[in-house]
Amino acid sequence: MLTMNAQKNKIHPHKYSMWIAMASITMMFIGFTSAYVVKRAQANWFSFELPAVFYVSTGVILLSSLTIYLAQRQFKARNMSAYKQLISVTALLGIAFAVCQIIGFADMKDHGLPLNKTVSASFIYVIVGAHVLHVIGGVVVLLVLFARAFRTRVRTYSAVPIEVASTYWHFVDGLWIYLLIFFSLAR
Amino acid sequence: MSNDATLHNQDLAHHGHVEHGHGNGHDGHGHDHHHETFISKYVFSMDHKMIAKQFLITGIIWAIIGAFFSVLFRLQLGYPEATFPWLESILGHWAEGGRITAEAYYALVTMHGTILVFFVLTAGLSGTFSNLLIPLQVGARDMASPFMNMLSYWFFFLASVIMMSSLFVQTGPASGGWTSYPPLSALGDASIGSKIGMDLWLVSMAIFVVSSLLGSLNYISTILNMRTKGMSMTKMPLTIWAFFFTAVLGVLSFPVLLSGFVLLLFDRHGGTSFYLSELFVQGKVLPNEGGSAILYQHLFWFLGHPEVYIIILPAMGMVSEILAVSSRKPIFGYLAMVGSIFAITVLAFLVWAHHMFVTGLNPFLGAFFVLLTLLIAVPSAIKVFNWITTIWRGNIRFTPASLFSIGFVSTFISGGLTGIWLGNSAIDIHLHDTYFVIAHFHIVMGVSAFFGMFAGIYHWFPKMYGRYMNQTLGFIHFWITLVGAYLIFWPMHYEGMAGMPRRYFDYSNWQSFNMFGGLNQFISFVVIIVFATQLLFVFNFFYSIFKGRKLTTPNPWDATTLEWTTPIHPGHGNWPGEIPEVHRWAYDYSKDGKDFIPQTVPVSPDESKH
Repeated sequence: MLTMNAQKNKIHPHKYSMWIAMASITMMFIGFTSAYVVKRAQANWFSFELPAVFYVSTGVILLSSLTIYLAQRQFKARNMSAYKQLISVTALLGIAFAVCQIIGFADMKDHGLPLNKTVSASFIYVIVGAHVLHVIGGVVVLLVLFARAFRTRVRTYSAVPIEVASTYWHFVDGLWIYLLIFFSLAR
Repeated sequence: MSNDATLHNQDLAHHGHVEHGHGNGHDGHGHDHHHETFISKYVFSMDHKMIAKQFLITGIIWAIIGAFFSVLFRLQLGYPEATFPWLESILGHWAEGGRITAEAYYALVTMHGTILVFFVLTAGLSGTFSNLLIPLQVGARDMASPFMNMLSYWFFFLASVIMMSSLFVQTGPASGGWTSYPPLSALGDASIGSKIGMDLWLVSMAIFVVSSLLGSLNYISTILNMRTKGMSMTKMPLTIWAFFFTAVLGVLSFPVLLSGFVLLLFDRHGGTSFYLSELFVQGKVLPNEGGSAILYQHLFWFLGHPEVYIIILPAMGMVSEILAVSSRKPIFGYLAMVGSIFAITVLAFLVWAHHMFVTGLNPFLGAFFVLLTLLIAVPSAIKVFNWITTIWRGNIRFTPASLFSIGFVSTFISGGLTGIWLGNSAIDIHLHDTYFVIAHFHIVMGVSAFFGMFAGIYHWFPKMYGRYMNQTLGFIHFWITLVGAYLIFWPMHYEGMAGMPRRYFDYSNWQSFNMFGGLNQFISFVVIIVFATQLLFVFNFFYSIFKGRKLTTPNPWDATTLEWTTPIHPGHGNWPGEIPEVHRWAYDYSKDGKDFIPQTVPVSPDESKH
């Protein structure tokens, strides 16, 4: 790294910023999950099954990772109509994911686990909620890309925006898988 | 060049149309030829130099407010029996009869800490100089994302507005200390400062974190990606290394604080019990069960400790640079300096629990934190040694900047040594929460960081405004501040060793500490003098912007770094022509009979090696 030279370095600054941002978001969730671990080690920890719909949402977000990957490929092949369709599908899957998580919250509430009763449930609401907000942030980015694809006066040929967006999308996908495994193991 | 490409991409995004022949020009005009309105130049500016000035001036305003708060609560501590009728006219019912109420006292202490730690020494220091110096010293036309950089300032501004507004709500601002420990901060009924003021504090701080993250992201990717040709990492000035690791610390620790704040907000308004358990407030039993207040302390100090290095590292970087320039000598031990900053960065994440030795922390666990804490003395000592050897037998040019840099080394030593005491968990049992702690962190973090900031302002003011600050006023400012800072904080060590606890409103009825009455009065008296001297600095700063002596040369301090190769008033884009190429490190002073050799001069074959 010490001899790294600006000219040899081909990575785009915005992609680089995205990676640092992902490190930062990861630290936030590490903060949350460490708090969970510390709290779980103390007395009166109440353990329960995760809502089944969380597994549906896992399938949804995995599928959306596939569609954004295809969208990126179509963009590079300049198949703009396929690209537009695929990012719309990805955005819809993102919204579907958020809806699934909210159904999960409702399910927990129906089973006597509201936000403010036991701290183990509170953690699920807060951590899953924080993750959903990050997914919705990704949906907003996709909508911006979608709107850009319809501009006629300016044509964008740079693949950087879709690449950055898709990196982020895979990241929130991976983050959810991590959270799901974490919650399943550390109940 | 990637720099140009990025800047022009921003252009396209901003104006929404394609200008042919613009992106491929490499003409390096930057934004000179654009029509700039008052709004785009001074308000929603995307020029890193203007954003730096915005951070600096906002920081100065906050510093005046935060320091004034300390004058107010020092009046209470120094003269607990006296009444000051003018206080009632500015504070109203918070100072009925001219005496500050206990609630107001706690609010003032809390806001003093919050304002100075976050709004002045984080945003005002790192925000100003990272923005100003990173593109200029690495040879870039602007930040990796000028738009995000602008957002970073405006998020900071929004956080400032919210924090400021909390001073004016009926129940007053947050008053549970700058650390906002629950349960005091989690229960609205716990104190009047825990009501709406606490909510505004949390929201403001959350926005502040976002601002800090946006800024740090940019600093890191600019340093790693946008250096000019020839500027390898090892040719960077130490300022850039310091800003780089500051940003790394910020990116990795602020999000953890944010997660702590989110949980706290849920405890306040969602009825959750992350931090609350078995509590009685005003005779009522609360339903919360199973929470842990210590959990918050872990999350808080995981940021809180790196935060002190976020504050001090930029000051260290600037001091290294200024000491080399003003001694006309290369910095001593460049790689050791870089290595010690890196070591401090790593250790910063591993020592947070030394703030929590008396919380019931397992003593065996405590022993590890003692060891890791004391290890920080090693890189710190390396840095101090290198600063002293840099000025040793140098041809020192005494300017306000160099004096403040030397003052920084002095206060960093005297404040750092007491850190070795406090880092020991056994001694900490006695010293925890006493004035000894106040003395320690004010000298090593508060005063030192301020000295670094003053040094930076005096040194780079000519780059920011094309004029000099008044030197005589600078010297007066330095000597009174240095002597005053020691007179204020040195006696607090003795008070602390005698066991005088911090955060008390009135000690006069406490027999054990009656003997310190006169000393407290003396401290408060010096505080007023030092505060007045800072106003002199503020006057000097604003007067010099408009009336200071004008620069006649682009390189007033005969320095080697790239920022002095730009014109006296650089436009957006920094260099009118091509970005200069770098051929050597930043510290070729007094080499081969030459006073200094700028980084842009190619290495000649008969040159001696350093």
